[in-house]
Amino acid sequence: MIRFDHISKRYPGGRDALQSVSFHMHRGSMAFLTGRSGAGKSTLLKLIALLERPTRGQLFLDGENLSRMPRRQVPRIRRKIGMIFQNYRLLCDRTVFDNVALPLVIAGHRHQEIGRRVRAALDKVGLLGKERAFPVMLSGGEQQRVGIARAVVNRPPLLLADEPTGNLDPELSRDIMHLFEQFNQVGVTVLIASHDLDLIARLPYDQIRLEQGRLVQERGAS
Amino acid sequence: MNFARGLNNYVGRHLQVALSSLGRLYRTPLASLMTTAVIGIALALPAGLYALTGNLQQLSNRWDGSTSLSLFLKKSLPEGRIEALRQTLEQWPEIARLQFISADQALEEFRHLSGFGEALDALDENPLPAVIAVQPAPAYRDAESASALLERLRRLPEVELAQLDLQWVQRFNAIVDIVRRSIAVVASLLGLAVLLIIGNTIRLEIQNRREEIEITRLVGATDAFIRRPFLYTGLWYGIGGALLATVLVEIALLQLQAPARELAGLYQSDFRLQMAGPGEILTLMATGAILGLLGAWLAVGRHLSAIEPA
Ligand SMILES: Nc1ncnc2c1ncn2[C@@H]1O[C@H](COP(=O)(O)OP(=O)(O)OP(=O)(O)O)[C@@H](O)[C@H]1O
Ligand SMILES: [Mg+2]
Repeated sequence: MIRFDHISKRYPGGRDALQSVSFHMHRGSMAFLTGRSGAGKSTLLKLIALLERPTRGQLFLDGENLSRMPRRQVPRIRRKIGMIFQNYRLLCDRTVFDNVALPLVIAGHRHQEIGRRVRAALDKVGLLGKERAFPVMLSGGEQQRVGIARAVVNRPPLLLADEPTGNLDPELSRDIMHLFEQFNQVGVTVLIASHDLDLIARLPYDQIRLEQGRLVQERGAS
Repeated sequence: MNFARGLNNYVGRHLQVALSSLGRLYRTPLASLMTTAVIGIALALPAGLYALTGNLQQLSNRWDGSTSLSLFLKKSLPEGRIEALRQTLEQWPEIARLQFISADQALEEFRHLSGFGEALDALDENPLPAVIAVQPAPAYRDAESASALLERLRRLPEVELAQLDLQWVQRFNAIVDIVRRSIAVVASLLGLAVLLIIGNTIRLEIQNRREEIEITRLVGATDAFIRRPFLYTGLWYGIGGALLATVLVEIALLQLQAPARELAGLYQSDFRLQMAGPGEILTLMATGAILGLLGAWLAVGRHLSAIEPA
């Protein structure tokens, strides 16, 4: 599903955020992306979602070479990806419902279909009662869960999560992880960047560990 | 069936974007109204001038006697032939009205007006010819048809001399034409101004909604999807401005109605100032809509592609 082939990323005026990273994730697999702050986790996820372009190397998603993807094709790729952002990236002047509905509206779904799917997604993250609320009226953890609902509402084949449990209490974190496992069980490929080493240690998934932009460990991943 | 549903869905989505763009304008009424007012005034100016000069052209077309032809008949024609000629001419489709002035009537009128009564009495023969004043039918009043008519009348054996007094009408029309051309220049400049106003408004709108554009891109929106609300905003501004311009022009014409009637009354004319008709209003609306869409398109093309999520 995802293949990194000697990918390097250097931000303009900075040092290398990623250095010659190579790994492979199978379709339908689930893995954690770990590493200290600044190791390059967010950068790696952004490369997959074409939010950044690699400086060197080849990057494949679903058999397509993303390193040579023209601008026109970017929306099509992004629709295959449900992405959860470290800083939520919600529309502050839209309700929770409208935020979650956005990917469906973009994809041009019908009105009734949108309502049904949005409520299902909000139900999964435990926010069904908050559809009319605006993001500023929510706690950090609730906003994070709105972001998760938005990422899964379109049932994308790939889920990328950047610190999805960063603002959640341990119990809610477990629930959210369980939710990701459920998606994985129905065939969604899941890649989660996380600091939460305790939680990760208890789960039987591959681990991709970055240290200063280099891949240092790939537990079980093939 | 499937296609129809797809089309329905497509139209529905456009309608939704159009309405939400309108709703967004409604939520900032003061700013929206100001922009619309500027556009409206810029459109009203050339539209109003066009309406006025249109009226002037109307005026020149229908000015009684403006394209009348005078046929001076040969002398010593028997009464019968003159009567026959009148009857023939009355059948011509080009001719609306005839007025026959016999030689005696002409002399009488001349005597009356000139005060040369006694001198004329000294003549043993009436020196004046009989005249038929010909009023062409409305469709034949323009310079070209009138000249053709003149040519035909000139070839009649009974006619000594045929005259068409068109010159001042032509001059008048030429002046109106020059005025219209100048208005076209002014209109192009103001159209450009409208384009810039809408373009700038949309540019600000894009800047204000930068975050929203980025996030929408993040979740996979195409350029077309992101463009759409801004194009509709431009369209609404254009249509709103055109609506306002229509109201302004109609009010101005209404204001001029009474003085114009008075003026016409002085010239024994039943001329009435024409209000802008549905065709003109439609043209104005279409102009506004096109300018709005174009202005938005230019702004969107320049500023939207620069916004990429990171
Ligand atoms: N837009 C940018 N411009 C320049 N440098 C950047 C940019 N984004 C990230 N970096 C740098 O790249 C390196 C990797 O950043 P990245 O955000 O990928 O780290 P991270 O592993 O996600 O960290 P954290 O756990 O704190 O979120 C850092 O040194 C950071 O300073
Ligand atoms: Mg990060």
